[in-house]
Amino acid sequence: MTGGANLLVAAALGYACLLFAVAAFAEARARAGRAAWVRSPLVYTLSLSVYCTAWTFYGAVGYAARSGLEFATIYLGPTLVLIGWWALLRRIVQTGRAQRITSVADLVSSRYGKSPLLGVMVTALAVIGTTPYIALQLQSVAVSAAAFAGADPVGGGVAGAGLVAAGLAAFAILFGTRSLDAGERHTGVVAAIALEAVVKLVALVAVGAFVVWGLGGGAAATLARVDASPVGRTPVDPARWTAILFLAGAAFLCLPRMFQVAVVEAPSERALGVASWAFPLYLLAMSLFVMPIAAVGLDRLPAGSNPDLFVLTLPLAEGREGLALLAFIGGFSSATSMVVVAAIALATMVSNHVVLPLWLRTRRRGATMAGDVRSVTILTRRLAIAGVAALGWLYLRVSGGGGALAAIGLISFAGVAQILPTMVGGLLWRGATRWGAAAGLGTGFAVWTWMLLLPALDPGGAPSFLFAGPEVMPLVGGDPLVAAIAWSIGLNLAAFTGVSLATFPSPMERLQGAQFVLALESGRAAGAFAPAAAGAEDLLVMAQRIMGGPQTQALFAAEAARQGAAGGLPEITPEFVDRLERELAGSVGAATAHAMVEQVGGGGAVTAGQLMAVADESAQLREYSARLEAQGDELRLAARRLEEANEKLTRLGEQKDAFLGQVSHELRTPMTSIRAFSEILRGGDLSPEERARYAGVIHDEGVRLTRLLDDLLEMSVLESGQQVALRTEPVLLRDVIDRAVRSAAPGTLRVIRDRDEEEVALVTDPGRLAQVFINLVSNAAKYCDAAAPALRIEVARGAGVVEVVFADNGAGIAPEDRAVIFEKFSRLSDSASAGGAGLGLAICREIAARLGGTVDYVPGRGGAAFRVALPEAAGHARAAE
Amino acid sequence: MAGRPGPVFLARRGYRRRRLGDAARVLPVLGVALFLLPATGAVPAGQGGYLYLFGAWAALIALAAALAGPLARGGEEPPAGDRPET
Repeated sequence: MTGGANLLVAAALGYACLLFAVAAFAEARARAGRAAWVRSPLVYTLSLSVYCTAWTFYGAVGYAARSGLEFATIYLGPTLVLIGWWALLRRIVQTGRAQRITSVADLVSSRYGKSPLLGVMVTALAVIGTTPYIALQLQSVAVSAAAFAGADPVGGGVAGAGLVAAGLAAFAILFGTRSLDAGERHTGVVAAIALEAVVKLVALVAVGAFVVWGLGGGAAATLARVDASPVGRTPVDPARWTAILFLAGAAFLCLPRMFQVAVVEAPSERALGVASWAFPLYLLAMSLFVMPIAAVGLDRLPAGSNPDLFVLTLPLAEGREGLALLAFIGGFSSATSMVVVAAIALATMVSNHVVLPLWLRTRRRGATMAGDVRSVTILTRRLAIAGVAALGWLYLRVSGGGGALAAIGLISFAGVAQILPTMVGGLLWRGATRWGAAAGLGTGFAVWTWMLLLPALDPGGAPSFLFAGPEVMPLVGGDPLVAAIAWSIGLNLAAFTGVSLATFPSPMERLQGAQFVLALESGRAAGAFAPAAAGAEDLLVMAQRIMGGPQTQALFAAEAARQGAAGGLPEITPEFVDRLERELAGSVGAATAHAMVEQVGGGGAVTAGQLMAVADESAQLREYSARLEAQGDELRLAARRLEEANEKLTRLGEQKDAFLGQVSHELRTPMTSIRAFSEILRGGDLSPEERARYAGVIHDEGVRLTRLLDDLLEMSVLESGQQVALRTEPVLLRDVIDRAVRSAAPGTLRVIRDRDEEEVALVTDPGRLAQVFINLVSNAAKYCDAAAPALRIEVARGAGVVEVVFADNGAGIAPEDRAVIFEKFSRLSDSASAGGAGLGLAICREIAARLGGTVDYVPGRGGAAFRVALPEAAGHARAAE
Repeated sequence: MAGRPGPVFLARRGYRRRRLGDAARVLPVLGVALFLLPATGAVPAGQGGYLYLFGAWAALIALAAALAGPLARGGEEPPAGDRPET
C-alpha cells in the first residue's frame, strides 16, 4: 500500500470516529435535555443535504462535462419544491406530524385506509429503487479511494466498500434504532448528518475556489473558459431538461431518505420556512462551481480521464494532497450520510410494513399480549438496516461496478417518483381510492422496470423472458430516459385516476382520506370507533410492549386525568383509542398499529357492517319518531272526535230532558181532557148529543195516547235488537208510495210524482216500507212551512240500489241540526203542530236498516229532503235469516 | 363607529398574511417559468446561460427568504372570523 492509501485509510477512519463521537455526544446532550439546537432550522436545513449524495458530489461535474448546464436540473427540482413549501411540502409535513407518519410507505398506507398492501408495494418499490443507489455510494467510495491511491479500483475496492458498508450499518444501527417513536428524533444521526453537510459543502467550495482562483485565473477568466469548453457549448435538450427538472422535484418528495429527514424528522413549521430558502441556497452553493471545475478539468487533465472524479483528480494533479483529501472526505461524507439515512428509512419501512405484519399474523391474537413487540421491532429494524447495507454491497459485487452503475442515479429517481401521483393525489383529492393507488403504483412500477431498470441492468438488450424491449414504445427513439419517464408517470397517473374514479372506497379509506385531505383545517380525527371489547388494561399492556412502560403509563395517566378519573385507568373512548393508535403508529406504522389495536379490541375497528349498523340505528330512530308523530296525529284526531261526540251527547241529553217534559206534557194533555170530560159525563144531566160529543173527545184522546205509546214501544223493540218478523213479498214500489200518500198526505200538500219512474219491482216488506214512507210524507205535511207546501217524490235506480227521495219546498233543516234528526227523542221545534213524539225518523232509520237500506238527509235541495236507499233485492238477505 | 378601528386593523393584518400565502404559492410557478426558460432555447449556452440560471436561482431564493420569515412567524392560519375578508 502506498503512503497515499495509508493516509486515506487513516483519514477515513478518523473521520468515521469523529462522526461516531459527534453522534454519541449529541445523544448524551439530548438525554441531558440540552439538545434544542438539533431542532433548530439550521440543523434541519443541513440535514436535508442528504439529497446531495456522492453521485451529486462527484457525478455533477461529470454530468456537466458530458451535458453542460443540464446537471443543474438535479438541484433546480428540489429548489422548486422548497420555495413552494407553503403549497405542498408544508401540507405533507403537517399531515405527517398529525398522523405520526414514520415513512413514505406509511403515509401512503395510512392515507388509503391503513392498507397493508400499499405499504408493502411502496416498501418494495423503495427497496428496489434504493438498493442500486446504495451500491453506487459504496462504489464511489471505492473508486475515489482508488483514484486517490492511484490503484486499480476493482477487486480491493469492492472489499473496501464492504468494510464501509459494515461500518455504516453499525452506525445506523447504533444511532438509528435507539427509539421507535417517529416523534423522537434520531438526535445522533441528525447531528452527524449536519456535520457531514458542512464538510461536503466546504470541500466542494474549497475545490471550486481553488479551481477558479488558483487554476482558472479569476472569475471572469474562468467564465471565458466555460464558454470555450464543450461544457459551455453543449446546448440544452428541452425534453431532457423538463423531464429531469420534474424528476428531481418528485424524487425530493418521494425518496425514502428525503422523506425521513424532511417530513419524519421535521421539528417545526418555522424550520420548514427557513429551509425553504436556506436549502436552495445550499444547493446553489453546491452547484456554483460545478461548471468551472468541469471546464477546467477538461482543459487541464489528459484526455480520457474520468470527469466523474475531477473533484478529486484536479487537486491531485496539481499536487494539492491536502485539498484532495478534503475532497475525498467530502465525497465520503456524501456517501455515508446517504447510506445511513436510506438504511434507517428503508429499515423502518421493511420492519413496519413487511416483517411486523407477518410476525403478527403468525402469532395471531396472542402476539400483542405475550411477546415483547418492542424488542422484536427494534431487532427487525436492526436486521433490516444490516440487510439493506448488505444488499447494496451485494449489488455492487454482482454488477461489478463500472459504467452501468453511473446511470442508476436518474433511474432510481424515476423509480421512486412513481410514488408521487399516489402520494400527492391522496393528499389533495378525497376521491383517490386504495385500488386506484395500487393500480397507479403497480403500473408505474412495471413500466419503469421494463423501460428503465432492466435495460440498465443488462445493457445488451431486452432479457429473453420479455417479449420485447422498450424500443417498441413510441417516443423512445428520441431519449430513452425521457420516454420512460413520460410513459411510466403518464400511465401511472392514468391508472391511478381511472381506477380511483371507477372504484368505491371502504369506510376506513373515506375516514382517512378526509383526515389527510383536510389536514390543514383540523388535526382532529373525525369519528373513530372504539373497539367494543377492548379493556383499558389490555390496551395498556399492548401499548407498553411497543412504546415502553413509562411513556405508555404517562399517556394513560394523562388521559385518565383529562377524563377526571384521577389515579385510575381511563375510559376507553373512541377519541382515546384513536389517539393511542396514532401514538403506536409513530412507532410501528399506521397499518400495524391499527392491526394491533384491532386484535386487542377483537376486530372492533370500523367495518362496513358497523357503519351499516349505525346507519340502521339512526334510520330506526327516524322511523320511530315518525311513528310517534303519526300516533300523535291520531291522538289529536281521536280527541277531536271525542269532543264532537261529547258535544252531541250533551245536546242529546238536553233534548232528552226537553223530550221528557214534552212527553209528560203530551201524555198529560189528553189525560187531563179525558179526566175532565169523564167527570162531566159522570155528573149526568146531559143531552145525548153532548154525551156523544164528550165520549168522542175521550175516545180521540185515548187513540192519541195509544199511538204515542205504540211509537215508544216500537222504538224500544227495534232498538233492543229483537228479531223483527218481516213479511217479504214481491211488490211494486208505486203501490207502496200510493199507499203512503193516500194515508198521510192531507189535501193542503201538493204531491208531485212521476208514476212511470216508480214502476220498480221490489222484494220487501210492503207494510214496513210504507211505514217509512208515511213517516216521511207526514213529516213534510207537518213541518213544511211554505205558503203552498209541495212534496216531490223522485225515484232513481243505481247499481243494485233503488233511491226514493222525498223533497219538500220548505225551509229545510239547519246544518247544525242535521246530525241529530235521526236520533230518537229529537224534535227540532217545540211547536204544538208536531203531533209525534220525535221518534219518527229514528224508527224510519231502524226499519230501513232492517230492510237492508238507509235513510239519509240530502242537503242542498232547497227544502228538507230525505233519501231512502233500498237494495233492489231488498228483504232477501233479511228474509233468509 | 368608535369600536371599529380594532377589528379593521386585525382584518387588515389577516388580509396581509393571506396575500403573503398567495405570493408563496405563486413563487414556485414563477420558479418553473424561470427554470424552464433554458428549455425553450431563449437562453444562450455557455456563460450567458450559466449567469442567467444562477441569477434567477439567487433571485428566487431571495424572494423565498423575504416571504418565509413573515409566513413562518404568523404560524397558524388567522382565526375563522377573518375568513370573509379574503
